[in-house]
Amino acid sequence: MSEPMMEDAERIALTIGPVLYYWPRAALLHFYAAMADSAADTIVLGETVCSRRHEMKPDDWLSLARDLHAAGKQVVLATQVLLESEADLRLVRRIAEQRDFLVEAGDASALRVLAQSGAPFVLGPHINVYSRPALAEHAQLGAVRWVAPIELPLDVVGCINPAGEPVRVGDLPIATEVFAFGRMPLAFSARCFTARHHRLSKDQCDFRCRDDADGLQLDTSDGQPFLVLNGIQTMSAAQQCLISERGALREAGVSRLRLSPSSQRFDEVVAWFERVMNEGERADQARIALDALSLPGGLANGFAHNAPGLDWIAR
Amino acid sequence: MKAASPSAFTRPELVCPAGSLRALQLAVDAGADAVYLGLKNATNARNFAGLNFDDAQVRDGVAYAHARGRQVLMALNTYADARNLAPWYAAVDAAAEMGADALIVADTAVMAYAREHHPSLRLHLSVQASATTYEAIEFYRERYGIRRAVLPRVLTLSQVQHVLRHTSAEIEVFGFGSLCVMVEGRCALSSYATGQSPNNAGVCSPPSAVRWSDTPGGVEARLNGLLIDRYGPDEPRGYPTLCKGRFEVHGRRDYALEEPTSLNTLAILPELMRMGVKAIKIEGRQRSPAYVQQVTRVWREAIDQAATAPDRFHPTPAWTAALGHLAEGQQHTLGAYDRPWR
Repeated sequence: MSEPMMEDAERIALTIGPVLYYWPRAALLHFYAAMADSAADTIVLGETVCSRRHEMKPDDWLSLARDLHAAGKQVVLATQVLLESEADLRLVRRIAEQRDFLVEAGDASALRVLAQSGAPFVLGPHINVYSRPALAEHAQLGAVRWVAPIELPLDVVGCINPAGEPVRVGDLPIATEVFAFGRMPLAFSARCFTARHHRLSKDQCDFRCRDDADGLQLDTSDGQPFLVLNGIQTMSAAQQCLISERGALREAGVSRLRLSPSSQRFDEVVAWFERVMNEGERADQARIALDALSLPGGLANGFAHNAPGLDWIAR
Repeated sequence: MKAASPSAFTRPELVCPAGSLRALQLAVDAGADAVYLGLKNATNARNFAGLNFDDAQVRDGVAYAHARGRQVLMALNTYADARNLAPWYAAVDAAAEMGADALIVADTAVMAYAREHHPSLRLHLSVQASATTYEAIEFYRERYGIRRAVLPRVLTLSQVQHVLRHTSAEIEVFGFGSLCVMVEGRCALSSYATGQSPNNAGVCSPPSAVRWSDTPGGVEARLNGLLIDRYGPDEPRGYPTLCKGRFEVHGRRDYALEEPTSLNTLAILPELMRMGVKAIKIEGRQRSPAYVQQVTRVWREAIDQAATAPDRFHPTPAWTAALGHLAEGQQHTLGAYDRPWR
């Protein structure tokens, strides 16, 4: 494993989460070329939503991973979240077998495969860790980092893995990452809602989700942007934004932030987070800038504050 | 491989919901092999006011079921609150002490506690644990000794069969009741809208967040202020479960996620049995005792008939009518088992 395991005690590391949408290959490669030049520490690669999406084959992801690693980024390969078939399992095994890059577990199937392999790994946000004993259970499997479930408030995150007394595997503390920016993955289904909207079956979907670079917007009947459909995944229309929470994040023992890709001007998002989290810039101006960049649905931070996820709690 | 000859058909257990002692008694009398129940707190995924059991009722329920040779399963299937794990651990202790035949669990913290303190207590993996593959089920079996897994309502019949062939854990599937279109245990839609979800509070689209109002445009159902549905004068009104609302996508107003349908797998019962499914679960701890009684009666008869003569099995019009009358939204579907939308 060529990755550094220890976290810099001062820095709040930035992780680019996996692209959750189905972008054309050229758009995807263009995006990652920009991320290679960004302030991001870590980039998570892989198709985590739908096994039918095929713009990138497993070897393409590995090749991209090597390029990004050469550009100085830590690369993590993520496994799919909802597995249904033997083919899905084969892909998980293939990702787990390679030893060049850290793997992020999407479900309990991946946990079993990774625990058997003995390789260190990351607990993805869809592994249900809601308490310290649960985190300790997963640490025993070889987890080195956990991405907290989206609905966990920051005070609870801090209660599970406090900075002063983190869950440890041997001597190594488990690092905490939280979902700090982007439309939030809220639910998964066997059913494809994008195909359903277009009156297509899932197996003849024409890959229509490729048309929606940031998901297919769903409004309430009185016109409020509420959710977005992303194939079998349902996401928030609002973008999570924890740019104003540096103090609370630190207090909760968070050492990494996950920024979830969107299609436009994402390099600016990464730059704002870097300036506020690591270069001492005030959050007010950054929040105004991110608000101006935001997709329909605006910004939200309710989950972090024990509130409905779509709320914005001013600080 | 499980034996496939009709004579070797295992008769699956009929597992029925009990939101109250009365429902438990009626389910047992109507032929349930097991009933499942939860305590009056956030430790189970039907944490509704006026529902569920206190300790004395659990004892009475266990005594009633055991006296008739039936089992009681306790649902402890939410995720323990990191700020106070005590209610979950206390529920494990209570289940063991009060003689529950198994615990239905989703959280590894709860499983680890049960394994350590009550190693002989039987564990079933809740649907809330989202185990959709045999690898996932084997993970929980190997580490926590789970004896049975309840499959999420997302797999096709052939996928269910594939799981069955590759795990030594027993498999329980949903047979009838409200249909979750999302993978259970992985849905934060409700907490996104209201702050409370199945995982963190044992509720979905909680009644406390629901507001009905009569407007010139129709009767509106809102969840924490969000318009979930608006009904015309002649339209039947349903509970505003978030994923069953009508929304607008590209100017088209529709059930964008799921229509209010109900799962009914009676038609494929012999196939489920042939595969070796160990138990059929009826959803609905929130439903009335009379509902539970009627559904249990139909399913008891159906399972017995399918076990006796699987090749001649056909759901009778009386069963279909009885279940159709009871079902939410009146319309039945095989759900993911037979994906018409595949």
